[in-house]
Amino acid sequence: MAGTAVSRRLIWRVATLVGARMETPTARTLVLQVPDWPGHLPGQHVDVRLTAPDGYSTQRSYSIASAWPGDGTIELTIQRLPDGEVSTYLTDIYRIGDPIELRGPVGGWFVWRTAQNSPVLLLGGGSGVAPLMAMIRARGAVRGRQPFRLIYSVRTPQDALFADELARRVRDDPGLDLRYVYTRKTPEAWPEPPRRIGVATVNTYGWPPEFEPDCFVCGPTSFVETAADILVALGHNSQKIKTERFGGTS
Amino acid sequence: MTDFMVDGNAMAGDLREIFAMDVTAATVICAGCGLVGAVATLRLWGHPPGIVARCPQCEEVVLRIVRAPDRVFLDLRGALRIELPLPS
Amino acid sequence: MGIISPGFGGRRRSSRPDLPPGQYLTYDFPVLSAGPTPRIPLDRWRFTITNETGTRQTWTWEEFQKLPAEDVTVDIHCVTKWSKLGTNWRGVSLDTLFADTDTAAEYTMVHGYGGYTTNVPLEDLLDGKAWIAYRFDGAELEPEHGGPARLLVPHLYFWKSAKWVSGIEMMNSDEPGFWESAGYHNYGDPWREQRYQGD
Repeated sequence: MAGTAVSRRLIWRVATLVGARMETPTARTLVLQVPDWPGHLPGQHVDVRLTAPDGYSTQRSYSIASAWPGDGTIELTIQRLPDGEVSTYLTDIYRIGDPIELRGPVGGWFVWRTAQNSPVLLLGGGSGVAPLMAMIRARGAVRGRQPFRLIYSVRTPQDALFADELARRVRDDPGLDLRYVYTRKTPEAWPEPPRRIGVATVNTYGWPPEFEPDCFVCGPTSFVETAADILVALGHNSQKIKTERFGGTS
Repeated sequence: MTDFMVDGNAMAGDLREIFAMDVTAATVICAGCGLVGAVATLRLWGHPPGIVARCPQCEEVVLRIVRAPDRVFLDLRGALRIELPLPS
Repeated sequence: MGIISPGFGGRRRSSRPDLPPGQYLTYDFPVLSAGPTPRIPLDRWRFTITNETGTRQTWTWEEFQKLPAEDVTVDIHCVTKWSKLGTNWRGVSLDTLFADTDTAAEYTMVHGYGGYTTNVPLEDLLDGKAWIAYRFDGAELEPEHGGPARLLVPHLYFWKSAKWVSGIEMMNSDEPGFWESAGYHNYGDPWREQRYQGD
């Protein structure tokens, strides 16, 4: 079974960039060919290691945004941080054909399995939508029937990752709903001013706690804390809330 | 108010090098306050080579990993017990 | 060593012959902590030396500020591979603080607010080798860097320079502190690259 074999040793592999596309002016999706990739579950991530000629090396974790098997590649969506030493390399310098070391897939807690029957509530902040997108894509690939709702918080409409694909999926699949939260600038004619995610939004656009949805919250630490607190305040069972924080500011 | 940045999900790779299975889904009992929760919910501090994972409730240290080039030290004295689900 | 990532430079740094082995020179001052930053109001701050029989010498912040202090410029080396050269601190020498301490013990455990500990042999704290520092780069030491005061013992890896220092406890035998018991080296000499237990 993908990603869960007990005796498989975790090793650093050398992957190759075989494709790339910009999702927004500052976010780039890397399409990687990884030899002997064992497959992965939606929600899992990889650790990426970069090494400079003098031996200096550093590591970061990135969620896998694609579902498996897809076309046999894996996709990471990298948000460029202005002073990020790794993100700026991956968005600005890393070229098709170049190698990269990665380790994975890892993470067995923050995962959604297509066999789970409950409705799913996804709360994503910024690039935290990446593992949630893997879940949406996995559900799409198996034509899953579990109803999914995504509440996606971004600064401005231009910062929304996967916007076109999400719009298409929502249009074509009545079981998938999407609500944006804009924290700095809204689109024209948006019914409310920019604001952070709040109880009212989750209450209106999420699932009621009686439905016992599986909840996944991912994003910067402050977003995750706020969103998870809202879910608990609305009555969701904390045992059904899974969170993934990846640092940074909101 | 804490200023930790990442949670136990970020340890998945380092722990997977030691254990033959994912450990972030394992439940751990905090020796400080008895809270039972997933390793993924621990709050991480520090920086490679030394990582500290603290209890989200009482903030006591639950586990520490020090990763040398050719060996890993795992200190679990802050965990009363860890329960790892075995794949069926 | 991992495969080289084509075109990857990383943050501004250099490795130079005058650095300890395995270190890179940094131009910023990374904040690395094992836990949340404790906030200690100055009217509650105390620094205590406890000898092996339990006798204590305690200074309040006011008393501490009245002690003779020195301005020192030192190089610091972190086990995470960053070194900073020529850092400027103001602090009270441990020689001053230990002037009236009655002890025959050779080992110390340094304690910090928040529970951090690190063990340092007494002789590595004396003879101009260590300070309780409360100013960095001409300004008050910020909490994220260990303020109100931290130990500064630059000839050892910087995890030994305990932030938020609250006191020093004399020990008759050596016991490992927080990082030493987790796997870092018991002594921590950067010039012999003593990073981990067994190095």
